[in-house]
Amino acid sequence: MSSGVIIFGVLAIVAVASAIGMLISQNSVYSALFLVVNFSVIAVLYLILGAPFIALAQITVYAGAIVVLFLFVIMMLGTERLTGSGPIRGQRLIAILVGAVFLAEVTVFLIWRSGLTGVITPSATDLSTPVSIGNALFTTYTLPFEATSLILLVAVIGAIVLTHPEQSISRKQTLKTVQKKETRG
Amino acid sequence: MVPISYYLGLSAILFVTGILGVLLRRNALVIFMSLELMFNASNLLFVAFSAYYKILTGQIFVFFVMAVAAAEVAVGLALMVAIFRTKHSVDVDQVNVLKG
Repeated sequence: MSSGVIIFGVLAIVAVASAIGMLISQNSVYSALFLVVNFSVIAVLYLILGAPFIALAQITVYAGAIVVLFLFVIMMLGTERLTGSGPIRGQRLIAILVGAVFLAEVTVFLIWRSGLTGVITPSATDLSTPVSIGNALFTTYTLPFEATSLILLVAVIGAIVLTHPEQSISRKQTLKTVQKKETRG
Repeated sequence: MVPISYYLGLSAILFVTGILGVLLRRNALVIFMSLELMFNASNLLFVAFSAYYKILTGQIFVFFVMAVAAAEVAVGLALMVAIFRTKHSVDVDQVNVLKG
């Protein structure tokens, strides 16, 4: 067993354990913190796979921005502990069954397609430096890159519109009352 | 060096954990986190195959997935806040007004 496999094994155990911790912890703040661990471990796996740009983007976007957004919303709404009803009757069994079927499917795929038993070797040339990724983004993938900017803009506007409905209504109402007063006066 | 099948297995396990999170949990925020977990499982496989075949395209795709996931989380959490304002709960069982 090479050192690479041992490192991968340790990281994989931490990743799966943190994912299961996220799944079963009753406090959703703990879930978000388990998610940070999981994202960081996967970022380390990206580094091992020779993708430093993606690894650091993972840290900044996922472990940084997205989880902070989650924590912000959890704490703002005060829904750390949800004391609701349990899952629908029989749902837990069906869920585990569906998960097991999916895992079995992947296992069968692995055994069946023996062509996928190859080993990931480090590339001789530096494949994924930030320079090469930038080159690809701004030459071959310019259109999707610009579309992404549009998606982000629409998402920001959508988030603002969704979270401030009462304010706009109250503004309209105050405007109406002001207009009424003006017509009276 | 690590075989590609190990990464496939890890990704499958993480993805199944995400599926179980979506199916089992009632808290809408935890369901969102499970979605992120599934995104990450697929991203891991993209990067693994990118390293396996020595092609950069997989990593570019991961970049776009990250951007779209960030947008999705922003809109989704805004929806959560809007639902919480009307329902005073983020329990997905409470959101059943559209039920026929």
